Amino acid sequence: MRNRLVLGSIVALLLAAPVLLAQSPPATGTDSARLAKLEQATADAKSSADNGWMLTSSALVLMMTGPGLALFYGGLVRKKNVLATMVQSFAMMAVITILWALVSYSLAFGSGSSFIGGLHNLFLRNVGAAPDPDYAATIPLQTFMVYQLMFAIITPALITGAFAERMKFSAMLLFMVLWSLIVYSPMAHMVWGKGGLLNASLGGRFPCLDFAGGTVVHVTSGVSALVCALYLGKRVGYPKLAMTPHSVVLSFMGACLLWVGWFGFNAGSALAAGSIATSAFVATHFGAAAAVIGWSGAEWIRNGKPSALGAISGAVAGLVAITPAAGFVGPMPAMVIGLVAGAFCFFMVATVKARFGYDDSLDAFGVHGAGGTLGALLTGVFAASAINPIFKDPRGSALPSGLIDGNAHQLLNQAVGVIIAWVLAIVGTLIILKIVDVTIGLRVIEEDEVQGLDLSQHGEEGYSWEVTA
Amino acid sequence: MIKIEAIIQTSKLEAVKDALHEIGVEGMTVLEVRGHGRQKGHTEFYRGREYTVDLIPKIKLETVLPDAIVEKAVQAIVTAARTGKIGDGKIFLSKVDDAIRIRNDEHGEGAL
Repeated sequence: MRNRLVLGSIVALLLAAPVLLAQSPPATGTDSARLAKLEQATADAKSSADNGWMLTSSALVLMMTGPGLALFYGGLVRKKNVLATMVQSFAMMAVITILWALVSYSLAFGSGSSFIGGLHNLFLRNVGAAPDPDYAATIPLQTFMVYQLMFAIITPALITGAFAERMKFSAMLLFMVLWSLIVYSPMAHMVWGKGGLLNASLGGRFPCLDFAGGTVVHVTSGVSALVCALYLGKRVGYPKLAMTPHSVVLSFMGACLLWVGWFGFNAGSALAAGSIATSAFVATHFGAAAAVIGWSGAEWIRNGKPSALGAISGAVAGLVAITPAAGFVGPMPAMVIGLVAGAFCFFMVATVKARFGYDDSLDAFGVHGAGGTLGALLTGVFAASAINPIFKDPRGSALPSGLIDGNAHQLLNQAVGVIIAWVLAIVGTLIILKIVDVTIGLRVIEEDEVQGLDLSQHGEEGYSWEVTA
Repeated sequence: MIKIEAIIQTSKLEAVKDALHEIGVEGMTVLEVRGHGRQKGHTEFYRGREYTVDLIPKIKLETVLPDAIVEKAVQAIVTAARTGKIGDGKIFLSKVDDAIRIRNDEHGEGAL
């Protein structure tokens, strides 16, 4: 009885349908409503895909700092300093994160002058679910913010390689906070921020191509590292005392994690999950592979043996050099960049460092400063509009990107970007070092340095071999 | 009672242990040590920088034996540990005044 009633109602509705439809708005109106709905659904789907990739990339970039860089650097120091070295990277994950939320995101990416962002986004005000089309139209601005945060974390962490085994932990913290504000935020703003002097996609005065941070991340950190190494002076006993890596095994694991994490760093810098992300991913991988061969080959010829440490250092050098170029170059130029970077960075750490005698303990300058500078300049050579049509004429058709593409002028823009990064890093770092030096002092006392920073700074040891029951 | 201290190549420990077991040596203590005699060290390269490593990993084997089998034990170690190249190591012998078994206060050769 009940079923019949339901059936009856359905039949009645079906019969009434033509009448109901006839009373609805004209057919064109329905179509446009449907179309709008469909468009919205498509946009939502794209947004979800892009956001998924960007959140994954954010996590990958964080993984580069901890455990990636922490292991890489931790293995290279003597065993009495392993924890102190690792915790320097880890501390960035906490301290820079807080700083980013309070002020430095706004200084880097808020709208402001050509040199630094304004204060509109202090405390992450107006950084929410709505995208900012100037940066990335399909992902929440909050995703963009957290992705950029991971870059702000790893960049100062890279510097720690230069002053490893001798800087006070408290001094390191103060240095990094100031460095993030005075060097990183302005540089990120100039290259990537709205209205930035060097911004290539948002109409900067000197459009510098830096896809994922050749100048912003590697030149600034690498050059600042050199300044730190020179200002702090050598470790006690350097270079007479043998200071060999206490565990290349740890460094090996770290380097492999860095390589994988770098896909988030470079391919994620497309800020979407499209074909440019793929292109950047591919260039990253080919660049790293070629650099392993470049470094190992140079080492094999010079020292007679290819070492594991050489192979992984080469990979990192290649990843550094391909960072500004990924997303602008094809796989073949990527391999050229990697090969050159591998051999060049080996020359920097094996020959140049020895000649000048500075104690860049873990070669932050030799790899990041040198590799970043090389990569930024080579980006101006190999960038191709067929890969990424970043420069367009007023009618919207693509203009040549790099030197080989037919835009020789770009090399000049790249040089301007590199020079600004060098100058900012040198001047900023010197000022910060002076401030920290006169307030709390930079170096641990000699006794603490000899004892090791694990015990003197943190009251613990990385490895405990005590015989117990 | 004689204490034998034999410094040998790390790769020869198994052979020396087996040779000593064969002639009836029941106890020994083995230490991983570093050192050098006339043997030159080796060089290592880290990022292009050369380091000379002159303290080389070795094995130090210690055992205290009744006088009667000392000669045989020394012969066994020499035979098992020899490669003929520089760096094969050395054996030192010294007199031991007494030995005490902790479990039951036994003294002298009986405690070995």
